[in-house]
Amino acid sequence: MPTTTPLILIEKRNPENTAQTGTNAVTAHEKVTIPVKGMTCAACQARVQRALQAKPGVLDASVNLMLKNAAVTYDPVMTSPMALVETIREIGYGAELTARDQTMLDEQEAQDQAQEEEYGELRRKALLSGSIGLLAMALSMPLMGAFKEEVHAPVADPFMRWAMESMTPAIHAVAPWLYTFTPWVLSYALLALTLLVMGWAGGHFYVRAWSAFRHHSANMNTLIAVGTGAAFFYSVLATVAPEFFLSRGMLPDLYYEAVIMIIALILTGNALEARAKRQTSVALRRLVELQPKTARVVRAGAEVDIPVNDVQSEEIVIVRPGERIPVDGAIMSGTSAVDESMVTGESLPVEKQPGDRLIGGTINRTGAFRYRATTLGSDSVLAHIVKLMRDAQGSRAPIQRLADQVSGIFVPMVLSLAIATFVIWFVTADQAPAVRAFAAAVAVLIIACPCAMGLAVPTAVMVATGKGAEGGILIKGGEALQRASQITTVVLDKTGTITEGRPTVTDVVPVLGSECSEKDLIRLVASIEASSEHPLAAAIVRYAKEQALSLATVDSFHSVTGRGATGVVDGAALAVGNEALMADYAVDLTTVKEEAERLAGEGKTPMYIAINGKLAGLIAVADPIKPTSREAIHRLKRLGLTVVMLTGDHHRTAEAIARQAGIDRVVARVLPDGKVAEVRRRQQSGEVVAMVGDGINDAPALAQADVGFAIGTGTDIAIEASDVTLMRNDLHGVASAILLARRTMRTMKQNLFWAFVYNVVGIPVAAGILYPAFGILLSPILASAAMAFSSVSVVANSLRLRRARVA
Amino acid sequence: MSMMEWIVIIGGIAAVIWINWYFFLARQPMVSAAIGVAGVREIAIVVEGGFHPAMVSVKRDKLVRLVFDRRERSGCSEEIVFPDFGVRKFLPAFRKTTIELTPTQTGDFEFTCGMSMLRGRLIVQD
Repeated sequence: MPTTTPLILIEKRNPENTAQTGTNAVTAHEKVTIPVKGMTCAACQARVQRALQAKPGVLDASVNLMLKNAAVTYDPVMTSPMALVETIREIGYGAELTARDQTMLDEQEAQDQAQEEEYGELRRKALLSGSIGLLAMALSMPLMGAFKEEVHAPVADPFMRWAMESMTPAIHAVAPWLYTFTPWVLSYALLALTLLVMGWAGGHFYVRAWSAFRHHSANMNTLIAVGTGAAFFYSVLATVAPEFFLSRGMLPDLYYEAVIMIIALILTGNALEARAKRQTSVALRRLVELQPKTARVVRAGAEVDIPVNDVQSEEIVIVRPGERIPVDGAIMSGTSAVDESMVTGESLPVEKQPGDRLIGGTINRTGAFRYRATTLGSDSVLAHIVKLMRDAQGSRAPIQRLADQVSGIFVPMVLSLAIATFVIWFVTADQAPAVRAFAAAVAVLIIACPCAMGLAVPTAVMVATGKGAEGGILIKGGEALQRASQITTVVLDKTGTITEGRPTVTDVVPVLGSECSEKDLIRLVASIEASSEHPLAAAIVRYAKEQALSLATVDSFHSVTGRGATGVVDGAALAVGNEALMADYAVDLTTVKEEAERLAGEGKTPMYIAINGKLAGLIAVADPIKPTSREAIHRLKRLGLTVVMLTGDHHRTAEAIARQAGIDRVVARVLPDGKVAEVRRRQQSGEVVAMVGDGINDAPALAQADVGFAIGTGTDIAIEASDVTLMRNDLHGVASAILLARRTMRTMKQNLFWAFVYNVVGIPVAAGILYPAFGILLSPILASAAMAFSSVSVVANSLRLRRARVA
Repeated sequence: MSMMEWIVIIGGIAAVIWINWYFFLARQPMVSAAIGVAGVREIAIVVEGGFHPAMVSVKRDKLVRLVFDRRERSGCSEEIVFPDFGVRKFLPAFRKTTIELTPTQTGDFEFTCGMSMLRGRLIVQD
């Protein structure tokens, strides 16, 4: 089944929207630059400009004669870039959308920059508030000794109390002047420092918590804001009205340094998390960076460097050795070896000759050549890959559902638990019940971390899809990854998947006594097969051309699916195909039966030729297996998978190929519809089936399979039909993808386990469950450290996938 | 048990009840898309510590334009994801980002931030 079935989506290209009128009424303006051909003078320029300005929906149009383009601001609701192009064409000028919207690439760049800025800001805030936290600890030291004589009793946090008590002698020695300040001055200095940190470094926690609260929702910020806010207000009360506590037999404890340290530690955790999250999309960033900024094109007979966005379709691009290929295209002149490893995962440079396809972003190694630009902008292979990866990273893995359900109710539950903790401590504690109750409740609020649950699955999906793309394996999303990890059976299409998919004629056998020579047979058969689209037909036509045979005209051509083809050539009724086709025409095959068996036994496909209802000969075509197939199939078997080959071939041919490839389960003579039925049959018997095919001819079977793999192609159709697209044309990608999926699944489970266990263990410990038996009480500061690092550890575990050996 | 302890117990129970009522039971405002100047149904959603409004009602088979106005820099809200529609989009800070959808099925469809921490619902009705 396909991974996602979008309900229907029209996504805007430009995120820049302006001009607001009213609350919900937003008018979006977009800009597009359209290259215009055929403008020679100022009159042309004025004409194009007038035509564009008269178009409804166009807000502004500016045509530049020198740059030969039109910059148009328009309302996307009323018109579109394509309509603007049509307007220009209608008045007789050439126009084409160029490397139009690079949005996917631009969007990724903007996001990277935003993440970088966020990391920088968090880091700065964490460092500064950490330093202020240390200062606050030092300022709290003199208050430690003051509580016996003065009203201001100090540190309530057990960890802080211990830390300060151990550091007191050192502070006494280094800064004895600290002890000359009155507790009143120190308390207010701490209050000022805390306000500074809460307002400047931690202000966003309170703003976001309040914003969420107003809309009946609660999140991580709610817990931090309530936890630190409660500690702060308690301390303020103890500072300004200590008598309130003393008159009730309580010490006026201060939590200022705890508040500052909690904020500093959470910010540190957030900064580390932001950096780690940035690394999860490092593969995507690398892909985006492949896109060169400029291209050298031939314009008016001269070579000019232009921005890559200005390259037009069909334009001639020049590439020299060592340069990156700017846009997709096809070589016109020159040869070279191109390093496509960054897109396909193929480590060896690929030889390119005139007519061969080039992928933008790959590196030209040896020769210089000229090529014709074909797909540009968002239609390019690179843009497709980036879009696919971004979509994949936005998808959900089914395993996330549990985490989603829990995190939906998590924060209100933790708030309730914190209150329960306070009440229980207040009622049961024999000493300083209010202080203990308060510390435990704050610790519960601070230790709880719904972020780890939220990050557990998406970060693993992001790293895994990125890792896959680096190896030329494009995975459609979390669901595809999860299903790929459960695969039990891999069904391989034969032609083009196991074999090269380029069959060649190996034997031509005229029947004894036939009037036809070998050459006659080839000419006749090639004449009829020239009208067929079957890969075997192409092999015969190619063979005839190599022999320099001129083909005849065919009348009444008829292709019989799964059997062969018939037609009339030179007045003779010809039938070329398999045994079934011959049976339809009651052709006696006895004379060549043995020969056909022998050829099939060698893995060749024999095709019978009948002229006017009588057998005239045999042509055998063989499609050699790819050099990597045997080893890759062996890898699949080592992963414990059942490997099955599907083919339309005769049993003996199929078995011979299967033997060469190391496959022991073969389903031969399968018609195109039969592939779907075979996949379905295996699914019904409880197998989780992966189907591997070229993505075009096998689209229905790929869609039926639990996981569809399209191999050796980056075409839209293949990407659409499959769950996993293998850019490289060999089966190793299947084994690597399954291995990657299994590793990813393991990582997701580890992350979820850790995130749940952390909260399930952490919250009761913070609430003081260990206190009755062991006297252990968790300090709110230690709780904040644990919380900050729990989400970091989840992201770090996902990042381990980057180093997983799956190739 | 002292008077103070009774007060704390009763206050605690009341607080727990109120929290659960406020976050789970209290009616969240649902906002319907209004027809905008261009004749397309539009709705502005503020992104700041969450999605406001978080419940958006739209009509089936009708194009709707959701304008996300992100008023913060927090990394938590830098992306919007509509898993059922296969949409993931970066929301630049302090900018408006538009997503256009035509839902073809009725039902409740969740939208979240990139890490599924902030949530909202798109309610598609006939």
